[in-house]
Amino acid sequence: MAKIKSASTITPKPGVGLKTWLIVGFLFFAIPIFSAALFSVQVGDGSYTISSYTRMLTDPGLSESLWLSTKLVLMTVGIVLLLMVPTVTWLHIRAQKAKRVVEFITLLPLIIPPVVTALGLLSSMPSFLKDSPYLLGFAYGALTMPYTYRALDAGLNSIDVKTLVDAGRGLGASWRQVLSSVIAPNIKSAIFGAIFLAVALVLGEFVVSSLLIWNTLPVWMALVGMSDAEGAVAISVMSLIFVWLLLMVMSLLDGSKKVKINVGGV
Amino acid sequence: MSSTQRGSLVELSNLVRRFGEVTALDGLNLTIQPGELVALLGPSGCGKTTALRLLAGLDIADSGNVIVDGNDLTNVAASQRDMGMVFQAYSLFPNMTALENVAFGLKVRGVDTAKRESKAQELLDLVALTNQANRYSHQMSGGQQQRVALARALAIEPKVLLLDEPLSALDAKVRTQLRDEIRRIQIEVGTTTLFVTHDQEEAMAMADRVGVMSNGKLEQIDKPNIVYSNPASAFVASFVGAMNRVPAKLNAGKVSILGQSIKHGGGSSGNDLVALLRPESISVNVEKSPSANTGSVLARSFLGPQTRLTITTSETKTNIHVDLPSSEAGPFDPGTTVALKIQADSLLTDDNGKN
Ligand SMILES: Nc1ncnc2c1ncn2[C@@H]1O[C@H](COP(=O)(O)OP(=O)(O)OP(=O)(O)O)[C@@H](O)[C@H]1O
Ligand SMILES: [Mg+2]
Repeated sequence: MAKIKSASTITPKPGVGLKTWLIVGFLFFAIPIFSAALFSVQVGDGSYTISSYTRMLTDPGLSESLWLSTKLVLMTVGIVLLLMVPTVTWLHIRAQKAKRVVEFITLLPLIIPPVVTALGLLSSMPSFLKDSPYLLGFAYGALTMPYTYRALDAGLNSIDVKTLVDAGRGLGASWRQVLSSVIAPNIKSAIFGAIFLAVALVLGEFVVSSLLIWNTLPVWMALVGMSDAEGAVAISVMSLIFVWLLLMVMSLLDGSKKVKINVGGV
Repeated sequence: MSSTQRGSLVELSNLVRRFGEVTALDGLNLTIQPGELVALLGPSGCGKTTALRLLAGLDIADSGNVIVDGNDLTNVAASQRDMGMVFQAYSLFPNMTALENVAFGLKVRGVDTAKRESKAQELLDLVALTNQANRYSHQMSGGQQQRVALARALAIEPKVLLLDEPLSALDAKVRTQLRDEIRRIQIEVGTTTLFVTHDQEEAMAMADRVGVMSNGKLEQIDKPNIVYSNPASAFVASFVGAMNRVPAKLNAGKVSILGQSIKHGGGSSGNDLVALLRPESISVNVEKSPSANTGSVLARSFLGPQTRLTITTSETKTNIHVDLPSSEAGPFDPGTTVALKIQADSLLTDDNGKN
């Protein structure tokens, strides 16, 4: 009896607490973003203008750096899909024992400072690679590995990879077909997670790209910020909205299958 | 899917497969006739799954050959072998419906959509899942999933159907029902089939021939009734069916056991040995006074049409199981003294006391 009573007096508390924390958390993120947005449209005398946005959008530097970053994003996504997914799958079915070693290797990008990575690349790579953005793309492939590997590994742990691969192979599917129609669709969420982490990292990475002297979006933003604070903030707000939209689109794509399954169940 | 489709001839010769220290297959020889269903029976770890995987091409032998219809497939990739496999673990592709699962093998063979879907539907009809075509694996019971897996394996009109304990995850009732169904379908389709199990009843009930494996080798392969009544070794005898192990003595070509003397070929005189006796090969009669061939009823268990008595022998105090028709079990209350009579003119013995 006493238990029931005390439970009923306690119950509302976590509800209120949770709400409070959610609001605090929301404000913690929302206030700086809102202030930044305000800063980017406010003029000294208190009136508002979107001139910093139009100025940035028409800057030739934007399209150039955006195009470069887009290429790098696509390349990183390609590395995740074509290199990471098959490799991690292979580890799962053939080399369980090697997984510990691989797990450690994937952590190296977090352990080695990006400055060291960049200088290492500069001093070791042939110049034809240093002159091409592909070197940066591969560097990003490696830098994102701690996140992409873990996302994919978790996805593969949730399915019976070995049996599914055997079943697919036995039915006559090539390795490519097994990966694309049996494995990938069943770890779709994990692949989207990995891609999203990779994209977020590429769109925010500054040290390696600036040291390799490539004007990616973050590098260009930093350069602009030195002379035009409002413009840089305007760009930040826009990229925030862009990433947010990207996230929405990806979670929509990811969710579509689950919806279909539920419909099938009715 | 015509019943005229002829099965393939399968020959496994001298297959050896080692995993580090473990020798999973130690020179396996096995021939399966076209259209035949062979059950591989054996204790856990004796190499049954390994044999199946080598035949399917999912694993590669250290030595030996896999020959199907005279073609050496030893070095052919799994995807080129045309083997239909059903796994112990649920193996349906979770992202596909039952119909898509069954059609998958045809899809990768480039069969056009309409054709493969009608064929897949035909196979779902065959496994009695006509109405489940649009279900995903998580919406089906274990038994239904294994039926779909069977349909999927058959859809590619495989040269050989490979079943690796497909029923072991199912409950007893579904298991017996599905095993009869698999046999019916296998006979109807006529596909050569290798069925792996460690359930001897399942093997006996389904197979044309039962192969008993131990330590990576085939100990015996024959018709179920022959493996049961004429086991080739003590191991087979103990593994297939219930078996009593009774200490006995060998003297001048005869075994003295339970006060009886029975002819026996091998072994040297004066040796102790263990006689192997089926519970149904011993008969009992109520007896007044204990003697060399009597025992006392310890327990009586009703098993449906049969009743099993557990009897402690008067002399050696060995426990012996005796099966008799339940209708005749009335007089044998626990505590009753009974005379035991062995109804066999030859004995199977385990001379080394091993196994
Ligand atoms: N991939 C592997 N790596 C290492 N050892 C293995 C591997 N596969 C099988 N083995 C070993 O080979 C032996 C035979 O295994 P197998 O799976 O063929 O047995 P099984 O007869 O199918 O047993 P069960 O009835 O338990 O399924 C076992 O000792 C097993 O531990
Ligand atoms: Mg097995």
